[in-house]
Amino acid sequence: MITANLSAIFYLISGVLFILALRGLSSPETSRQGNFFGILGMIIAITVTFLSIGNFSTGLVVVLIFLIIGGLIGAFIAYKIPMTAMPELVAGFHSLVGLAAVFVAIAAFLNPEAFNLGSPGNIKLGSLIEMSIGAAVGAITFSGSIIAFLKLQGIMSGSPITFKGQHPLNALILISIIVLTYLLCSTQSSNLFWILLAVSFLIGFLLIIPIGGADMPVVISMLNSYSGWAAAGIGFTLENTALIITGALVGSSGAILSYIMCKGMNRSFFNVILGGFGATEQSVSAQNKEQRPVKSGNADDAAFLMKNASSVIIVPGYGMAVAQAQHALREMVDTLKKNDIKVSYAIHPVAGRMPGHMNVLLAEANVPYDEVFELEEINNDFANADVAFVIGANDVTNPVAKSDPQSPIYGMPVLDVEKCKSVLFVKRSLSPGYAGIDNDLFYKENTLMLFADAKKMTEDITKNL
Amino acid sequence: MEIDPFIFRLSIFILSIFIGYYVVWSVTPSLHTPLMSVTNAISSVIIVGAIIAGLAGNSDSIFNTSSTFGFLAISLAAINIFGGFLVTQRMLAMYKKKKKNK
Repeated sequence: MITANLSAIFYLISGVLFILALRGLSSPETSRQGNFFGILGMIIAITVTFLSIGNFSTGLVVVLIFLIIGGLIGAFIAYKIPMTAMPELVAGFHSLVGLAAVFVAIAAFLNPEAFNLGSPGNIKLGSLIEMSIGAAVGAITFSGSIIAFLKLQGIMSGSPITFKGQHPLNALILISIIVLTYLLCSTQSSNLFWILLAVSFLIGFLLIIPIGGADMPVVISMLNSYSGWAAAGIGFTLENTALIITGALVGSSGAILSYIMCKGMNRSFFNVILGGFGATEQSVSAQNKEQRPVKSGNADDAAFLMKNASSVIIVPGYGMAVAQAQHALREMVDTLKKNDIKVSYAIHPVAGRMPGHMNVLLAEANVPYDEVFELEEINNDFANADVAFVIGANDVTNPVAKSDPQSPIYGMPVLDVEKCKSVLFVKRSLSPGYAGIDNDLFYKENTLMLFADAKKMTEDITKNL
Repeated sequence: MEIDPFIFRLSIFILSIFIGYYVVWSVTPSLHTPLMSVTNAISSVIIVGAIIAGLAGNSDSIFNTSSTFGFLAISLAAINIFGGFLVTQRMLAMYKKKKKNK
């Protein structure tokens, strides 16, 4: 058994180690060390908790059994999961953090003595407020992440689900959460606690269903943020510094990522959260669709163009992830490099289904990270490049965002692909992208459409090179 | 008058938000996915609350309602801790620089 002061110091140390873990991610070289700091911080926090309780009865064995079961499941998932499934995995993990926060809040509510919070029915007011906030945010994180997971996994349709009176209903539920928290604090009734949890689960579900598939980067970042705030709420209840620091770190991290993603789409956070984007515009564009001439080619043409180029820029998007084309792409690039062609990759901030999605896939295919560039770094290079190879991206290359103020994506930062001497666009069909608008790029003089599966087309080009 | 300890915790919380703000802005965009998985792992430090709840059961009944929720939370958090750190490590191991000599 160690004193409360000593354990508080150790919790502080693990909080600092978590800060260093995030700090390490500022560059790939230091990131592995950062991850090690994170693991160390976690080991310290868990060990200190055991030592500070000092209750090594049969309960300890049960705790260890549950810990090991969870650990084995987690390790198994971590080794088996394919890199393309990373967005689903992160959404799934968020839901677990949320649910764990709810369970800890329930445990604390039922047995407040264990946490020095008073006795059942007479919990300290401050603790009860913190507990309710932690539980409510945790529940929202849980059900919201479950919906995000189902949408990403394709079990649930990625298209937005909207109904009449949706926003008033959500507002009503949010108000009822505040009222319930107030009543719970004044009456200490356990029934109100359960109702509060149920309503929070419901609102998490309702908040995410109207948000469409391509807005998932924002949703995942936002749920990341929520899971942090939930942890911080519980941290206040438990008076635990490590948990408060971590909750604040994760909360602000998720908030910043949401902001970056929103900026990448030129949309306000509220616009995304209120949802329904894409559903209305799609019907409009379907009506006034005109037939315009398109140049299409095959792998042979594409190989010819690239062979005669001196620099090629590759623009990957979600379609590359779906087709699992990253390895085939890398092989094609290897062949190009053998012919002394300069190749670089251009990544739009919202390409894929989560922040940094494309970077991970390219890293998996052994693409060195110093060949991969962000939008601001590479956008000026398109004018000097010979060929742009767009694979699985669409809206993020649409020049309409710069030229047509009527367009729903007007003002969104896009990659200046059309400035290249020629553009190769790998796509299954001419169908519009997520935003539901036609891509002007398809009809440009210097664009050659390659209608095929991304992986197959890339392999065929490699053969022809 | 003495200052409520809550104020100290609130100070830690607010300052940590600022630390988080500056640290996360310095994270390179190509590592945003590992950032999310590692924040997942570290927010599972909530396991300390679960352990306290789990060990609070007395020797007559290890599995009372409260400690059972604690046990379940331990497993959930453990999935996240192991899964989160290991998958982050797996991802980070893939980020390689260009080889200088061919």
